[in-house]
Amino acid sequence: MKDGQPFVIPDRHGRTLVPSVVAMTDNGLIVGDPAKEHLTRNPERTVYSVKRFMGKGLADVQNELAYFPYNLTETGGVIRIRLGQKSYSPPQISAMILKELKSHAEAYLGENITKAVITVPAYFNDSQRQATKDAGLIAGLEVLRIINEPTAASLAYGLQKKTQGTIAVYDFGGGTFDISILKLKDGIFEVLATNGDTHLGGDDLDRLLVDLFITEIKERHGIDVGSYPDHMQSVRLEAERAKIRLSDELKTEFAIELPEDKGRFTRELTRDQLESLAIGVIERTLAPCRMALKDAGLTPKDIDEVVLVGGSTRMPLVRQRVEALFGKPPHCRLNPDEVVALGAAVQADILGGGTTDMLLLDVTPLSLGIETMGGVMSSLIRRNTTIPASAKEMFTTYVDGQTGVDIHILQGERELAKDNRSLARFRLKVPPLPAGVPRIEVTFLIDANGILNVTATDMRTGQTQSIEVKPSYGLSDTEVERMIEDSFKFAAEDISARKLIEARLDAEALMKATDKSLTEAGHLISSEEAENIRRALSQLALAKDATDPRAIRARMADLEQSAKHLNVVMLDDSLKKGLQGKKVSEVS
Amino acid sequence: MARSMCWHCQSEVTGEYFCERCVKVQPVSKDTDYFTCLGFPRRLTLDPKKLEAKFYELSRTFHPDFYQTKTSAEQTISLSNAAVLNTAYRTLRDPIQRAEYLLALETGSVKDIRTSPPADLFEEILELQDTLEEYRASDRNSDEGHRLRTTLQAEQEALEQRKEEMESQLQQLFTDWDQLQDRGEATSQARVERDRILKQIRELLSHRTYINNILNDLAATIA
Repeated sequence: MKDGQPFVIPDRHGRTLVPSVVAMTDNGLIVGDPAKEHLTRNPERTVYSVKRFMGKGLADVQNELAYFPYNLTETGGVIRIRLGQKSYSPPQISAMILKELKSHAEAYLGENITKAVITVPAYFNDSQRQATKDAGLIAGLEVLRIINEPTAASLAYGLQKKTQGTIAVYDFGGGTFDISILKLKDGIFEVLATNGDTHLGGDDLDRLLVDLFITEIKERHGIDVGSYPDHMQSVRLEAERAKIRLSDELKTEFAIELPEDKGRFTRELTRDQLESLAIGVIERTLAPCRMALKDAGLTPKDIDEVVLVGGSTRMPLVRQRVEALFGKPPHCRLNPDEVVALGAAVQADILGGGTTDMLLLDVTPLSLGIETMGGVMSSLIRRNTTIPASAKEMFTTYVDGQTGVDIHILQGERELAKDNRSLARFRLKVPPLPAGVPRIEVTFLIDANGILNVTATDMRTGQTQSIEVKPSYGLSDTEVERMIEDSFKFAAEDISARKLIEARLDAEALMKATDKSLTEAGHLISSEEAENIRRALSQLALAKDATDPRAIRARMADLEQSAKHLNVVMLDDSLKKGLQGKKVSEVS
Repeated sequence: MARSMCWHCQSEVTGEYFCERCVKVQPVSKDTDYFTCLGFPRRLTLDPKKLEAKFYELSRTFHPDFYQTKTSAEQTISLSNAAVLNTAYRTLRDPIQRAEYLLALETGSVKDIRTSPPADLFEEILELQDTLEEYRASDRNSDEGHRLRTTLQAEQEALEQRKEEMESQLQQLFTDWDQLQDRGEATSQARVERDRILKQIRELLSHRTYINNILNDLAATIA
């Protein structure tokens, strides 16, 4: 925040976006823009779209496995991504990106960053939110708040316009779609309803293009690009670029190099062609919009303004469809890529006690319940309930002496437990008593992050029991702790690895330069001196092959010392040579 | 929602939400009903604008966003107070839920209200259920399907109208209740009147829920 206005911190090149790409290279992990080029050079070891894997198991992404060049496995209900020798959970990959952002902010502000507000799609379920929080912890950040992206956008928007009334925030990003309907009144931002699809975004449009191009390449050149991961990534990136260009142009050219030197594939792509492919995906965003309106008890004419967020809303067809649905042109003057971050900054300022006139009242996007007899879901907290929200449920026993009750927590809108998302299971401890006598009250509390907390109280004794919840699609507390430790350990390892790499590079440069000097000017010094330099050179070569960067630096200093005279002599010599044939007047 | 003793400084709390001595937020008591929580009398007609204004005011008082820099004890209180406040507002905002809640307060748990069809509609509803079954089994595009659909649509309109009638009857009873409360008489006649109103409200709520369920079913089937 600067003078009551949020701003986005640029990196040292002035860029405000860090692409969420992480690459494992031979020299270690790299993140952001430099990692992007590894998408095609190193596709098996470069992760993008990690947000799609947060809080999920392998079965959840079964249909799209073919599109990802990296190797995915599952341990304990959590996807693991294999990069080189190690496997990483999505929160760990996400933490690497957060660390990168953290270091940019630290460099810019000149202070340590220890706390963060992190944004997530509004339609993220509990597991996805928890995974995001874990990522923050692993990155060494205290997560003050998980805030929904469309509501964050509304904060930035409301701050700027001091708007009153009902707004719809249509947030169509790379991987997810959200719609939130809010009432803005006297600084209160009350979310009336939210809906969405955490598996619908610009990536889906890219895939439609990729499928089209791959089919055409196969027809025209008889090559299956699908079996060349690096070229697959080129097709994907070029398809994305073509799609982006078509937001401003009516036609564009798509071109890629074919594998095995089979030449180039080029094709004209018109906006009409893109739109006829994209219409299905875009239409899928409209059903959640209607559902949110219905849940808010509103009709399109009740919406005063429509705000667009997310890169995919740059597409003219998206704007047309949104305008047709709400009956008014959407507002898109704010940069759709930055508005969410700006809103998160406003929220952080509120939490820090800076802003006191604005308050966001958000809702839980999905109904929360428990599995009851017959595999039916019994709803405890309905979707679109304002958070924090709590519900209490009394449990007892059916058998004499029973010492535990198993509880299965679910999230979703379907009747049957199996059709909803399993969040966690836990076993309620009950004192051995005749059936029906124990009375344990369980409180389900969804906090302001949209994350569930469970506590239980024995109504007979008034004692509270701590509950160890086993997440269905999440890391356990101990696993997160280990990852936090690892992350610090690896941070130290990363630094020493980088030091070694840099020392080796410097040593190589120095050795090369000294070799050259010896060849060119060895005759100008005594043979004893030359022998000294050669000895220092071989000492440095030995140190360079070992792994201690300090030893390398020390041998480098020795070599520089031994070669000092040689360099002076060489410089004199070259000056002399340079002077020959020049007039005195030219020299002075 | 004041409690007798401050959890922090142990002095007597007379203020509404905060201890006057140490200015710590106080937990909303477990026994506080939603009307008291939002500072409204136990009435069935509430001005939605005033209710909202009070909800916003109390949200500014209790929301966890404003306790991030406070102690963890205060954060816990703020979290649970905000959760109670949100439930209170959600319940009182909707006239039907408000009435159900008031019934529960005045006469015991609402969960005992069984949804039941109004006696005079019993035959009609049985017939309707049959028609619904037939329609589900029929080919929607056949003449038979069209005929059944028309019948169901007519039935839907009739039931919607019946629901509206019930709601206006309820509205009248709500007003009666509020007036009786406002008079505040403690006579036996007033007690009889009170019981009559509550009984009628309960009955109407039960019928209305029944009809509402059928209407939802109807809407889903012929959509």
